[in-house]
Amino acid sequence: MTLHESVHTVAPAAARRGGMARRVLKNGQTTTGMALMLGIVLLAAIGPFLAPHLPTEIVGRPFTGPSDGILLGTDVLGRDVLSRVLSGGRLLIVMSVAATLIGLVLGTIIGVTSAYVSGLGDFLTMRVLDVILAFPSIVFALLFVSVLGANPVLLVVLVGVAHTPSVARVMRGAAMTVVTRDYVLWARSIGIPPFTILRAEVFPNIVSPLMVEAGLRLMWSVGTIAALSFLGYGIQPPTADWGLMASENRNALSLQPLSVVVPIAVIGIFTIGANLFAEGLGRIVARTEGAGA
Amino acid sequence: MSASHAAVVVEDLRVVIERDGTPIVRGASFELAPGEVLGLVGESGSGKSTLGLALLGFAKPGARIDGGRVAVDGTDVLSLAPAELRRTRGSRVAYVPQDPGASLNPRMSVGAQLREAVGTGPESDALIRRILAEVGLPDDREFLTRHPEQLSGGQQQRVAIAMAIAPSPRLIVLDEPTTGLDVTTQRMVLDTVARVTEAHDMAAIYISHDLAVIEHVADKVGVMQNGRLVEAGTMQEVLSRPAHPYTQQLLAAVPSLRGPSLREPDTAQSDPRPVFEAEGVNASHGHNQVLFDVSFRVQRGECVAVVGESGSGKTTLSRTLIGLHPADSGSMSLASRVLADRVADRSRDDRREMQYIFQNPYASLQPRRRIRDTLTLPLRALQISTGSSADAAVRSALDRVRLLPEVADKFPAELSGGQRQRVAIARALICEPTFLICDEITSALDVSVQASVLELLAELMDDGLSMLFVTHNLAVVNAIATRTVVVQRGRIVEQGSTRSVLTAPAHPYTQRLMADTLDVGAGVGSHGAEGASAHG
Repeated sequence: MTLHESVHTVAPAAARRGGMARRVLKNGQTTTGMALMLGIVLLAAIGPFLAPHLPTEIVGRPFTGPSDGILLGTDVLGRDVLSRVLSGGRLLIVMSVAATLIGLVLGTIIGVTSAYVSGLGDFLTMRVLDVILAFPSIVFALLFVSVLGANPVLLVVLVGVAHTPSVARVMRGAAMTVVTRDYVLWARSIGIPPFTILRAEVFPNIVSPLMVEAGLRLMWSVGTIAALSFLGYGIQPPTADWGLMASENRNALSLQPLSVVVPIAVIGIFTIGANLFAEGLGRIVARTEGAGA
Repeated sequence: MSASHAAVVVEDLRVVIERDGTPIVRGASFELAPGEVLGLVGESGSGKSTLGLALLGFAKPGARIDGGRVAVDGTDVLSLAPAELRRTRGSRVAYVPQDPGASLNPRMSVGAQLREAVGTGPESDALIRRILAEVGLPDDREFLTRHPEQLSGGQQQRVAIAMAIAPSPRLIVLDEPTTGLDVTTQRMVLDTVARVTEAHDMAAIYISHDLAVIEHVADKVGVMQNGRLVEAGTMQEVLSRPAHPYTQQLLAAVPSLRGPSLREPDTAQSDPRPVFEAEGVNASHGHNQVLFDVSFRVQRGECVAVVGESGSGKTTLSRTLIGLHPADSGSMSLASRVLADRVADRSRDDRREMQYIFQNPYASLQPRRRIRDTLTLPLRALQISTGSSADAAVRSALDRVRLLPEVADKFPAELSGGQRQRVAIARALICEPTFLICDEITSALDVSVQASVLELLAELMDDGLSMLFVTHNLAVVNAIATRTVVVQRGRIVEQGSTRSVLTAPAHPYTQRLMADTLDVGAGVGSHGAEGASAHG
């Protein structure tokens, strides 16, 4: 007697590769988030070529309102606000992305390794991260910047390192459920080395939570770096920068509001976009995993 | 009028998927007298649980009851208004789900949950005590203050049954209540169900994929396939003269304890050296020793079964052998070569020749890797030269487990459980192993799929492959194993040829396992996996 199942009957694919990407592109929240982020990135990327004036060029009296040829008015030194907004995003976005990448890479390596090692090694790593996590990241960054001086590379590294503990915790949590799965045990049973197991067996299965974390971290990077610039410890004048602009022109909030509100709004749109994307993706992931994928 | 003496009358009950109207239950009709138990069998996806829930006037989200009649004591459950229906559920029609751990509130004591079912007051306390005694649980105060986590799986399930029968319903629907319990506990729960339904003149629907369980508890049996009740009748009729071909298949697929052992140890062993040997293996989890002095050997072409209840140390044993769990002491050898304790210290040949197959095919394949890459991974990792191309090796491995070459391009989620388990076996075979460790590899599969996997393993043994088959199911042992090792609390209490262990168990533990193992009736042709004769 033979009772072979027909090989043609195929179970409905709950988690086919590409399924996640399709769902992200069809979801209103994630697409809105991506559109907002993309818009701001484009603005920052091609803005300098569209700017009517040089960002450091003085075009009139300080804090004058919009007029002919100067659409958004002038800033504290009489420079064109529009030109400075168009030129002031590149560095911020490049630095934020770099800091986010540092945080994600370090955090994922530490978190996933910690989950795989488990036991005492895991415990100690997590306690050390808890200690770092206990310091607010902006205080942590300010401490080093005030000692070592403001410099974009240092800022990027600091913000990246400040992200690491939170990323590590999230990725450890995600990896914990994967490292005990039978396919990981199988890979160990034929003697595949640990690093290869982490890269080829564990990592592909935690990409979704990593993407969620990436969105959140990007939002925090932009916020932190802009805040540091605002406080005077980040990007230094006379460079055009959204965070710095808000700081330079803040005294004229009632006199020439555009000089403060516009740079803040662009930062806001970008972070809202990143947040929408992260949250939407998080929901999609939760739904797919809830469905037993 | 049949309705006057029948407790439950179901007529043309239909359930469909709301979105596209795909039928899940296609017009089921049956009758049950008071005190009668109907067993519903069928494979996963056959619609048996959906039918069970529909008797409570309930359909899972996304599904809809499309028509028919469910009369319990003359009242049509399906035509009731929502408020009335809610009152009917629990009081007239009760439901016991599969996982008692999930159905009991973990933050509430047993007493509080029972009082929720029967109300408070001195009378209800007496009632609770009576019901607890009836389901065979202690009725003292201490027991009532316990929380679900302090109960065993069998006790939890009996509390769930006690809650269901407390309001004296006319019909009780039990959805696989013993799946996941080991044989001894299962036996206790089944006896409870049989006793209670008879004592209360309660009609019951017992849903299971296990014919042996159904036979033990039910008076009537209904066989479901693709949402259709393809056969229904008394237990006797259906088991002795199954009319529908699907029922016949199902019966034939059930491995049996009573049939003659299919495989005998090859006495004329040409090669006296064992393929695998374990000598005095001890292992522990932390300070807790779980394996004590385990010794056994496996000859070429032989299948040795390791049998024991959950918690007996079977899985730790197999993990120790493959080198994933370090042994405290003892020695292991593969083809007379001494094996290192840890897999990392073993030679590439050792890692290739010994392969491990996992219980759950839904967890043992990396979900984001195509089957082709899953199969070629060990080739690369162990640097196995296949002679021809890797593609040809993949095709031949799939062919050996009787899967079509197209499977190579699929992801695990696109395959059924049985197909996935075959892929897992193919992944082991592609390494050209001499010794397979099979850890409960059929327990997550439907009975007919299990039969085909066992058949496949039998063929591999005929090709000279040796294996260790870890299981709690003695009927499967009878179908596949030449020798059997019985493990109780980490110690081997009995070992010998499968025939001698199963026909004349010497140790009381083996005898108890035998006695608790349910079997489909003798005289019904049900011979395990395959009639393939064991030849040396």
